[in-house]
Amino acid sequence: MDLAPIWLTLKLAAITTLLLLLIGLPLGWWLYKGRSVQKLIIEALITMPLVLPPSVLGFYLLLAFSPQNGFAKWLHQAFNIQLVFSFQGLVLASVIYSMPFMVGPVRSALQQLPASLAQASYTLGKTRFQTFIHVLLPNIKPSLVMAIVLTFAHTLGEFGVVLMIGGNIPGVTRVASIAVYDAVEQMDYAAAGNYSLILFAITFVMLISVFIYNKSQVKSPLK
Amino acid sequence: MISINITKKLRGHGGQLVLYVTKQFVPGSVTKIYGPSGAGKTTFLKIIAGLITPDEGCITVNGIAWADTNKRINLPAQKRRTGFVFQDYALFPNMTVKQHLQYATNDAKWIAELLMLGKLDNLSDQKPLYLSGGQQQRLAVLRALAIKPDILLMDEPFSALDNRTKTELIAELVEIFKQLNCTVFIVSHNRHELDAFAGEEICIGEE
Repeated sequence: MDLAPIWLTLKLAAITTLLLLLIGLPLGWWLYKGRSVQKLIIEALITMPLVLPPSVLGFYLLLAFSPQNGFAKWLHQAFNIQLVFSFQGLVLASVIYSMPFMVGPVRSALQQLPASLAQASYTLGKTRFQTFIHVLLPNIKPSLVMAIVLTFAHTLGEFGVVLMIGGNIPGVTRVASIAVYDAVEQMDYAAAGNYSLILFAITFVMLISVFIYNKSQVKSPLK
Repeated sequence: MISINITKKLRGHGGQLVLYVTKQFVPGSVTKIYGPSGAGKTTFLKIIAGLITPDEGCITVNGIAWADTNKRINLPAQKRRTGFVFQDYALFPNMTVKQHLQYATNDAKWIAELLMLGKLDNLSDQKPLYLSGGQQQRLAVLRALAIKPDILLMDEPFSALDNRTKTELIAELVEIFKQLNCTVFIVSHNRHELDAFAGEEICIGEE
């Protein structure tokens, strides 16, 4: 069995999760701080991939990533970077597609913390950033771990957007979900079964690990 | 001298009401604040701390304007550095007793003194989850004192303590306030629980 699609999937999921951690934390924090129409619109846009059919999102991204249009055209001309049918394009699409899985839990967990925690930190002379790093972030750790795992697992299972943006180029854009589809198309059920089993096992082990971790975090005051 | 002249509209279950306080307070004094629920006692403390902005008015502390809506001055809470004891304690679940104090100050000697004072020296490595209600409340007071504030704001600081612990803690606090010479504002729903503190009483809202 060709394991390249599995490694490519894991690489894509790891890079996407890392990027989303860097983007999602400050974004979730910004959304948590107060409400405005601007924030409402941005939050709705971030959440859209949850409700939009992946093919629709993929279609829009395909148009946006076209080397004949705007930003993608500039990228292509200035740096010879092509977003359509390339791994870079897959990463960018995955970041957009999986963003609600990182930003949503972070924002929600921050909102569930009592406002007095941050206020207490401010009265001790700490800045908003110090408060975020030393007080808020450590107290949303279980939600953050869940967000990281969900983002990773969701990227592993990505299909529609990947198909629209990346196609099926071995070693470049042929991730495991595409390999399953391709194997089924070719009536190679053994290969499809193997890829599916590996994906199933990885995601199952990840989720079980998170549940065990979260359970260990919920401690009874009587202990 | 601490001069407060502020107005803030509040929204409560009974509709809108206006918090209006205009008064001068002597540095080093203790002011006991009473009033019914929803009258704005906590809001008043948070306005002094810089956590809530008044609609109109000014707060001047020893000649320095902390807030002045006309001049658009609003010193952030970080620069006012008032000690604040929150009603829900607002302890940091991720920090031990000692880490709470270390987060507030680098003065190791002062931290050791505070731990002794609050009788939490044997529990310095415990997180708030493993402290009793009274111990948590004492930690909240110690953390507020750790920054050696000029103004200490206490929102229902004794509500979860039994009578014995309350009496002991109040006696200790009376001494600490004298030592630190800080101006104290204490909010309480129980008018008589603060009798041990010599100071002025003000009532916010109708009683």
